[in-house]
Amino acid sequence: MCLAIPGKIVELLPEDWNMAVVEVSGVRRKIDLGLLDDDPAKAGDWVLIHVGFAMSKISEADALEQMRVLALLGEDEAARQEIEGYGPPPANDNALRR
Amino acid sequence: MRFVDEFREPELITKAAHEIRRLADPRRHYRLMEICGGHTHAIYRFGLNDLLPPNIELIHGPGCPVCVLPMGRIDDGLSMTQDPNVIFTAFGDMMRVPGTQGSPLEYKARGADVRIVYSPADALKLAQSNPDRHVMFFAIGFETTAPSTALTLMRARAQGVRNFYVFCNHVTIIPAIRAILESPEMRLDAFIGPGHVSTVIGCRPYEWIARQAGKPIVVSGFEPLDLLESIMMVLRQLNDGRAQVENQYKRAVLGEGNRAALKAMADVFEPRPFFEWRGMGFIAQSALRLRECFAEFDAELRFRIPGIRVTDPKAAQCGEVLTGALKPNQCRLFGKECTPEQPVGALMVSAEGSCAAYYSYEHRKAALTVLAPAL
Repeated sequence: MCLAIPGKIVELLPEDWNMAVVEVSGVRRKIDLGLLDDDPAKAGDWVLIHVGFAMSKISEADALEQMRVLALLGEDEAARQEIEGYGPPPANDNALRR
Repeated sequence: MRFVDEFREPELITKAAHEIRRLADPRRHYRLMEICGGHTHAIYRFGLNDLLPPNIELIHGPGCPVCVLPMGRIDDGLSMTQDPNVIFTAFGDMMRVPGTQGSPLEYKARGADVRIVYSPADALKLAQSNPDRHVMFFAIGFETTAPSTALTLMRARAQGVRNFYVFCNHVTIIPAIRAILESPEMRLDAFIGPGHVSTVIGCRPYEWIARQAGKPIVVSGFEPLDLLESIMMVLRQLNDGRAQVENQYKRAVLGEGNRAALKAMADVFEPRPFFEWRGMGFIAQSALRLRECFAEFDAELRFRIPGIRVTDPKAAQCGEVLTGALKPNQCRLFGKECTPEQPVGALMVSAEGSCAAYYSYEHRKAALTVLAPAL
């Protein structure tokens, strides 16, 4: 909750509020970019995520470093669970509906 | 020094540790408080205390939102589950936190509809897919999570959702630091400032700590090297007789913070006149509640909340540990009645609580030494 999880934005979903598909360690989930309105993010950007919301943009190097810190702290499993807990990306949404 | 092996740059760590020893004046005793629970966890996990000279003491601050929440608020939140139509949602961190009648997980085992969410937005979605139920989100956290709750409430209003409620326990870090500095038994020399909270609030809210209270504060990252570098920066300030706000975590923290997040918070929340902090008592303007324009989503207005106040178990000394007067292992219950498996106090529940961190690393290390002195 207090340690941010780094993720890479792979797709913006502008028709769905300010949502975006983000990838964290190979897992794709939907997160909210609404708190980055002052400095909008685009596909390819790296962000720090708290409870499903991107809170700041960071460099790729710093994102990888933050991933490593989570692993060192033994928090990587909790972070993975949190990410998996976020909503699935649209394609999976459809798959679930079918 | 066990954990040092895992570091990517052990030679830099050794260099930083040497530099800290050089900077630490042997005639002085340095008491530095790391405010953030994430830093507390990192300090124990990386065994950083082992790298510091004995005259540098790290005091663990109040920056673990689960730990500072009074038990009465948990009871109050769980009281809503008496209505079978209520779905109680909270982050996973909350699920094992004991109330007087058990934790949210224990309520669930007894039949209450208690669900883990990973984002306040998930709680809102749950409300939309269960229009005939009341979905209550137990909101908790400092400025890292409060903006997300705020934005979720704005979305709930824009979408006309009528069955979503927030039980707001968001707290703010600055009034807590003020309370610590004003407490008569406090003897702190400087602060290590929180990293991720500062991505939201920026560095300016700390200016008074340097200017008025005369204490250095360095906003820090979470890597072992970040923390050691921040300690160096603090020592340099103290040795020069300076008191400034410095930012060691420039790669994530901008001076002015995240304006969109601050605006969302200001639009949705207002400060409560007072809020109780576990172990620290009532602190003025230290927590947030929903503004009147969001009253329809305010669980405290829509449900009958008993307003329970629970004094901590007498034997537990959470308050003294929380304010740095006692080390975790100096509490009467530490490692006996109170363990991470069977927590009595909240400091033992969260990995960011100083007792759980101390227990997991220091206590285990000591036990290993006793059991296997030959190793």
